[in-house]
Amino acid sequence: VTATPLSTLVADHPLFRDLPGDAVGPVAGCARNVAFAPGELLLVEGEPADTLYLVRRGRVAIEVRSPTQGSIVIETVGPGSVVGWSWLVPPYRWHFDARAQTDAGAIAVDGACLRAKAEADPELGYALMKRVATVLLERLQMTRVRLLDLYGTPRAR
Amino acid sequence: MEHLVRAEAARDTLGAGSLVPPAPGPMVPVAHRVVETWRETEDVVTLVLEPVGDALAPFRNGQFNMLTVYGVGEAAISVSGARGEGLLMHTVRDVGNVTHELCRSGPGDVIGVRGPFGTDWDAACGAAGSASDDSFGAGYSDSAADPVVVVAGGIGLAPLRGVLYELLAPRSDGGRARRQVSAIIGAREPSQLMYRDDLEAWERAGGQVLTTVDVAAPGWTGHVGLVTALLDHAKFDVEHARALVCGPEIMMRFTARGLVDKGMDPDRIWVSLERNMQCGLGWCGHCQIGPLLVCRDGPIVPYAGVVSELLLQRER
Repeated sequence: VTATPLSTLVADHPLFRDLPGDAVGPVAGCARNVAFAPGELLLVEGEPADTLYLVRRGRVAIEVRSPTQGSIVIETVGPGSVVGWSWLVPPYRWHFDARAQTDAGAIAVDGACLRAKAEADPELGYALMKRVATVLLERLQMTRVRLLDLYGTPRAR
Repeated sequence: MEHLVRAEAARDTLGAGSLVPPAPGPMVPVAHRVVETWRETEDVVTLVLEPVGDALAPFRNGQFNMLTVYGVGEAAISVSGARGEGLLMHTVRDVGNVTHELCRSGPGDVIGVRGPFGTDWDAACGAAGSASDDSFGAGYSDSAADPVVVVAGGIGLAPLRGVLYELLAPRSDGGRARRQVSAIIGAREPSQLMYRDDLEAWERAGGQVLTTVDVAAPGWTGHVGLVTALLDHAKFDVEHARALVCGPEIMMRFTARGLVDKGMDPDRIWVSLERNMQCGLGWCGHCQIGPLLVCRDGPIVPYAGVVSELLLQRER
């Protein structure tokens, strides 16, 4: 069995799909293949944010811990999605937990490495930021719609 | 008008002054007895109704009836299925005076039913489906094998229940349904997911059933997020698929846009509109939205064209 090269896995992920060919290499140079068992944490609130996870399989829950309710799932993401944005901006600390709900596989991209490459190559940096902005905007829009409580009792809205 | 014409004909045949009463018109509720009820969620109840006398005309999936609680009022409720010979299923959410009384009703209570009214999902499915005068009809013809993605939010699953059974009906040789069917079902929270047995039945029949909630509860291990987030998880060929969407209009708007963004032709997306339906016949105009009288021209309408704009308009 021949393992798929990391650069191919990166290039196949929606976040980096159709990235100019010479830009995939530097990203893949910061990446490694990782797997998580159900219940395993990908990231923990308050800890240094150092990784961008490109989810390839399984389902990952974004959670926040509550003293009274335990971990509350805010959102779940699956293959093709991205987990972890806080490596992008100071103070580089996770704001939420992320936990594998099922067996999950991802490409883990070192945040500091990716930032350095983006700083050194503005063309790569701009392409990266445009893609990140697209995903973040989509997430923001979905969050706004959820705030409407569309399925709530009309009288209560 | 057909009812009135029939009444005239009967009078002509029997002669003037006959004591035979004219057939009831479409504005006259026909008495139905509640034979069974069960609670789907905290504020949603399903009623099974049988006609006290003559049955109404057979419904088609997606159509609605006007349910009358005598002395209280009338409300438009989608037909969510048939149950055996002549029995109607309606799933009702307790949101107003009439629906509150409907949700409180129990076996033996009599309510009025007018209908069925409006358009159905047949065109959305790409075929002329059969009337559902028994449990979910006979399915669709071979020529209409396009994959279907059904997206439902909250009580919006009710008008889609019957068509899901129809789409997933076994083939004549007993095999699994030929169509690829994906159902994406959203609810506010896990306890508000309706038709749990049906969800399992659709999966057993070969459908892909994805559920998601806005707010997770302890123990919930499913998806959390908008239904649109699951469009990427659903297995359907966006180029050939058809979409049937029902739920709050904002949800339908975002879903339709999400499907178009994925490459679906807007002509292949159908939505179920809800407005203030009163007469059910396009006479009174209460449900008018732009050029449409929703009770007559809807509730099932193509998303493309005028409807995509109308979904942005405030109800008057």
